[in-house]
Amino acid sequence: MENILSYIPLDIALIAENFDRFMYGVWITLNLTFLALLLGGLLAIPIAIARASGHRILNPIVQTYTYVFRGTPLLVQTYLIYYGVGQFEVIRQSFLWDPILSSAWWCALIAFTLNTAAYTTELLRGAIADTPKGEVEAAIATGHSYRSRMRRIILPSAFRRAIPAYSNEVIFMLHGSVVASTITLQDILGVGRWLNGRYYLAYEGFITAALLYFLIVLCITWTFRWFERRYLRHLVRREVTSETNLPAPTTT
Amino acid sequence: MIRRTFVSAVAAATLAVFAAPAMAEDALRIGVEGAYPPFSSKESDGTLVGFDIEIAMALCTEMKRQCELVEQEWDGMIPALKARKFDAIVASMSITEERKRQIDFSEKYYQTPARLVAPKGADFEATPEGLAGKRIGVQRGATHQCYAEKMFPDAEIVLYGKQEEVFQDLVLGRIDLQLSDSLIAQNSFLTKDEGAEYAFLGGDQTDVDCYGEGVGIAVRQNEEELRDAISAAITAIRDNGTYATINDKYFEFDIFGARPASN
Repeated sequence: MENILSYIPLDIALIAENFDRFMYGVWITLNLTFLALLLGGLLAIPIAIARASGHRILNPIVQTYTYVFRGTPLLVQTYLIYYGVGQFEVIRQSFLWDPILSSAWWCALIAFTLNTAAYTTELLRGAIADTPKGEVEAAIATGHSYRSRMRRIILPSAFRRAIPAYSNEVIFMLHGSVVASTITLQDILGVGRWLNGRYYLAYEGFITAALLYFLIVLCITWTFRWFERRYLRHLVRREVTSETNLPAPTTT
Repeated sequence: MIRRTFVSAVAAATLAVFAAPAMAEDALRIGVEGAYPPFSSKESDGTLVGFDIEIAMALCTEMKRQCELVEQEWDGMIPALKARKFDAIVASMSITEERKRQIDFSEKYYQTPARLVAPKGADFEATPEGLAGKRIGVQRGATHQCYAEKMFPDAEIVLYGKQEEVFQDLVLGRIDLQLSDSLIAQNSFLTKDEGAEYAFLGGDQTDVDCYGEGVGIAVRQNEEELRDAISAAITAIRDNGTYATINDKYFEFDIFGARPASN
C-alpha cells in the first residue's frame, strides 16, 4: 500500500492530516449554499408572481432587479457588499454593521441570496407563464379566484415543471459559493487554498476541494432524480398496453 | 489614404506579434506581483513600478540579458514558476526551508522583519496568550501565515488574497490586528491617512523556520547556472552602487540587512 501511494504525485498524508479542516469547509459551503437557496427561493416566489402578472409598477421594478443581478458576476456582487458597503461611515455606525455587514459570512449569504433569487425568479416566471391554458381555464370555469387559482393550480404545477431546471440552479449556486473564499471564509475552496498556501503546494488543496464538490453534486443530482420521479411522474410517457387501452366506444 | 495607413498599421502590428516570440526567445521571464507596494505595484496606466521591479531590471542589466516581466497573483507564484510560465521570481519572496523543497533561491537581496499592526491603544499584548481569540489578518500563502499559525495557535487567522485587502479590513474593524512585513506596513499603511489610528504592536517577529534567511530570487530547482548568475549580479549591484540608488528612492535606510553569514 505504501508503495502504491508513493507513485501518486500528491501528498496524501498532508491531506489526511488536515481532513477535519476540509470537513469544516464542507459545512461552511453547505450552510451558505443551502441557506441562500432557501431564502432566495422563498423570496423568488412572490417576486415571480409579480413578474408573471405583468403588473404596471411591480413588473419593471422586478425586471430591473433580475436584470442587474443576472447581468453582473457573483464575485463582483460579493465584493461590493463586502468591501464596498463598509466604505460608508453611516453604515459602519448603523445597527447593520455589527453583527451583520461586518461579518464575511453574512455578506456572502446576502450576496448569494439576492443572486439566486434573481435566477429563480426568472425560472419560476417562465414556469408560471407556461402553465397549460386548459388548466387555467378549467380553474376559472370552476369558479376559482385569482388567488386560489395561483395557490391551488398554477403554482403547484409550475413548481413541478421547474424542478429539472432548478437542479441546475442548485449546482450553479454550489459552484458559485467558492466566491466565499475570496472574502476570507474557509469554505471548501478556502481550506484548499489555505493548504496550498501553508505548505506551498500546487495541486493538493485544489484536488481535494474538487473531489468534495464532485461528491456534493452527486448527492444533489440523486436527490433531484428522486424528486423528478416522484413529482413529475404524470409527465412521463407511458407504454400503452392492450389491457389499458380504452374500450372501443360502444354504439347504442 | 486613411484606409491605406490603417492597413499598413495592421500589417505592422501583425508582424510585431509574430516577431515577438522570436525576439523573446532569449529573454529571461521574471514573475512579479504588482500588488505589494512599495515593492511592486501598478501605475494607473498599467506600468509596473517598485523596488522589486527596479531591482529585477538592474539585475538584468548586470547579467546583460533581456528581461520580460510577467504578472502573477501571489498564491499562484510558485506553481507558475514550476509550470515554466516564467524563469525567476522577483517578488519579495522569503527564503524558507519549506519553499526550498519546491524551488531554489539566490542569495538574499533584502531582509526586513515582520511586525504586528493594531489600533493605537489596543488592550492586548503581542504574546500567544494576549492574542488568544483575536482575529489576525495575514496574506494567504505568505510566510506570515506560517508564523501566525505557529506562534499564535489560539488566535483566529484570517486569510486574504492580497496585502491591500488585509489593511482594508483592519480599517473596517473586521480583524483585530494584522501581521506583515514591517516595511510594507510602515510605507503603505501607517504613514497613510487610513493608517493614522494604527501602530506597531510588539517588536520584530523573527523565526527562521517561517521567515528564513531573508528575501531572495526564486528559480526552478536544478538551474544552478541561472541561480548563481543572479547571486553574482546581486553582489555586483551592491558593490557598484546601483542597489543603493534604488534603495534610497524607496527607503530611508538600507534594507539589505546584515551580510549573509558565510557558513
